[in-house]
Amino acid sequence: MDHGPAVELGVDKASAKKAKLGVWLFILYTIVYAIFVAIGVLNYEAMGKIVLGNQNLAVVFGFGLIILAIIMGLIYNWICTSYENKLNKEEQS
Amino acid sequence: MIYEASTFAIVLFIFFVVIVLGLSFYFARKTKSASGYFAAGGTIHWAVNGIAFAGDYLSAASFLGICGMIAYSGYDGFLYSIGYLAGWVVALFLVAEPMKRLGKFTFTDALDAKFNSKAIQFTAALSTLIVSIFYLIPQMVGAGVLVTPLLGLPHWVGVVIVGAIVITIVATAGMTSTTYVQFLKGGLLIIFSTILAVYIFNNGFKLVPDSDDQKYHEFIELNEGNMQGYELVTNVEVKGHKFAKMENGGINRWFEQTETGYIEILSKTVEADGDELYNGEPKENSKFFQVGHMSKIIVDGEEVKETGALSPFKYLSTINNSEIVRFLKEHFEDGENSVTVWRQEITQGSDMLIPGLKFKKIKEESMIGKINFISLMLALFLGTASLPHILIRYYTVPSQKDARKSTIIAIAAIGFFYVLTLFMGLGAATNGVLDVESSNMSGPLLAKAFGIGLFSIISAIAFATVLGTVSGLIVASSGAIAHDFIDKFLGKDLGDKGKVRAGKIAAFAVGIIAIILGILFKGMNVSFLVGWAFAVAASANLPAILMVLFWKKTTAKGVAWSIIVGIVTALGLIITGPTIGEQFFGIAKENAIQPLDAPAIFSFTLALITLIVVSLMTQKDNSTKKFDVN
Repeated sequence: MDHGPAVELGVDKASAKKAKLGVWLFILYTIVYAIFVAIGVLNYEAMGKIVLGNQNLAVVFGFGLIILAIIMGLIYNWICTSYENKLNKEEQS
Repeated sequence: MIYEASTFAIVLFIFFVVIVLGLSFYFARKTKSASGYFAAGGTIHWAVNGIAFAGDYLSAASFLGICGMIAYSGYDGFLYSIGYLAGWVVALFLVAEPMKRLGKFTFTDALDAKFNSKAIQFTAALSTLIVSIFYLIPQMVGAGVLVTPLLGLPHWVGVVIVGAIVITIVATAGMTSTTYVQFLKGGLLIIFSTILAVYIFNNGFKLVPDSDDQKYHEFIELNEGNMQGYELVTNVEVKGHKFAKMENGGINRWFEQTETGYIEILSKTVEADGDELYNGEPKENSKFFQVGHMSKIIVDGEEVKETGALSPFKYLSTINNSEIVRFLKEHFEDGENSVTVWRQEITQGSDMLIPGLKFKKIKEESMIGKINFISLMLALFLGTASLPHILIRYYTVPSQKDARKSTIIAIAAIGFFYVLTLFMGLGAATNGVLDVESSNMSGPLLAKAFGIGLFSIISAIAFATVLGTVSGLIVASSGAIAHDFIDKFLGKDLGDKGKVRAGKIAAFAVGIIAIILGILFKGMNVSFLVGWAFAVAASANLPAILMVLFWKKTTAKGVAWSIIVGIVTALGLIITGPTIGEQFFGIAKENAIQPLDAPAIFSFTLALITLIVVSLMTQKDNSTKKFDVN
């Protein structure tokens, strides 16, 4: 009854830093998402205001949340990769 | 409406099924070990896994349910797209890498890595089964919905076909074949949805949305000076709307009374002897029309009859300034007959592009509607990272880095698709394609307006969508039974081959259950049903996952009790809520035992509190264990 992973994983010295970064990015996105939900609940009519390129706030905010998730994902991956390259190489040397 | 099967659609459908089954049998020869069966041997490339994630996730709920909901309720349907996508942020930032590091075949492995606890093994396996079955229901309903127009077969036949194919896929090659089926289907769904969106923009808007092979129905308008041979039979008033039954040539049709006269509406009458009449005639007379059109089109301040091709942003701004006719359902009794009508409601385009058409109660002072809305958005946000069939995909890649990269590919692919759902839904609402009896068919029927070829391809892909997602769910369920329950909880050492055999038997059993539930839940919007699966998953699994990863005082008893409380509270609130009451027990929504349809705000919070309190009370259990999950 082993509990280990399906494949052998090497030691990842960057995991603590990556986890911390992940938590901060999660909090940041959650705040933006919460603002979106709050506007929907407290002042849904504000969602109808034209804010950018003839589009209303609902469309801009909705598309924005999707695009933000992709951009934050790319940034997260870039920083995590640099942590891994730095800390795991230090470990190897 | 009556659907006619097309030969091309049938050929394409059979081609897809042959490809999928061929893949399964090909990989079956390579899948002999438990690691191969439950986790594809951990050898899948991150890019393939990323698209397979999209294949897993873009289920019947996304393509059929969301498009349908946007077509009928505008932006409220798109809220599901936003919430579903946002959930991937939780998966990427908090769950992906630790899940890969701690688990082996199932998410129970990760939860239990620190404790080796029977209580966790049992409750997490139970939770996996319950969540997977909740998620299976809408997929199977979607299968039935698709097979009717694609092959001209009844709903239950579609459900049985999907069940049989999926049991074969999973029972032959488990996670390996499931992964490649997902990859194929996820990629094709995104490509052809993009093509459908291009058709939508190219087509623009028309006041009379005729398509090549079908003229849009011209609704009859009557007034005192011109009754066109119709004579008033009876009047009925429902929720402030006056409906009139008119007779002409021995046929009764329903109209809605307006300020100037009467306007034709759609109706379905079930007579005392059980006979069904559509717009006063038997179904085979094809008098039950596809609907959905614009009553006013405004472009750059000018009223026009059609727009020609539009860019994506111009498409949205044109809707925002124009008017759409939606068809809203009302039900009443007419003597011994039971009548359902779909009345025309002119809706400002600007209202289609903000929340509030489906979630009407957010407009009211009452807190219940607002709490329901927040609760739904919370479930969508927290549910993704708690779905067992998503979590097990982290075990199919070689490393934590690959788990992270495949999640980012998934976010990009899924995010792009969800942007398209808004256009596909609005396109369906305005192109005269809606079947008011089946909101789930809006996307495929929109494709049909642009040609039977596109319709056949889109429908076949949607069908593959159901196959892929159901396969993933059944792999997750069979892992829960064979690996978590039999092997770990009961301690039966089945051996590698025995575990694979147990997994296959479990897959068969869960497949049969899915078939039965898919038939029972016919007619419900699939995205709405998936919302429940997310609520149960978020409540039962996420507090446990997050606290195991981020709170060192978490104990096994805390995890187990949190899962139980999450399941019981979420299910309890769903079962006593307005929708189940109305659907299964005929209780009017306003008389439901409790008014919440979306339970996560209470069930998630309660599960989290339970975990914290029980863990603090059982700290001595952790005193002999030293483990750092980071």
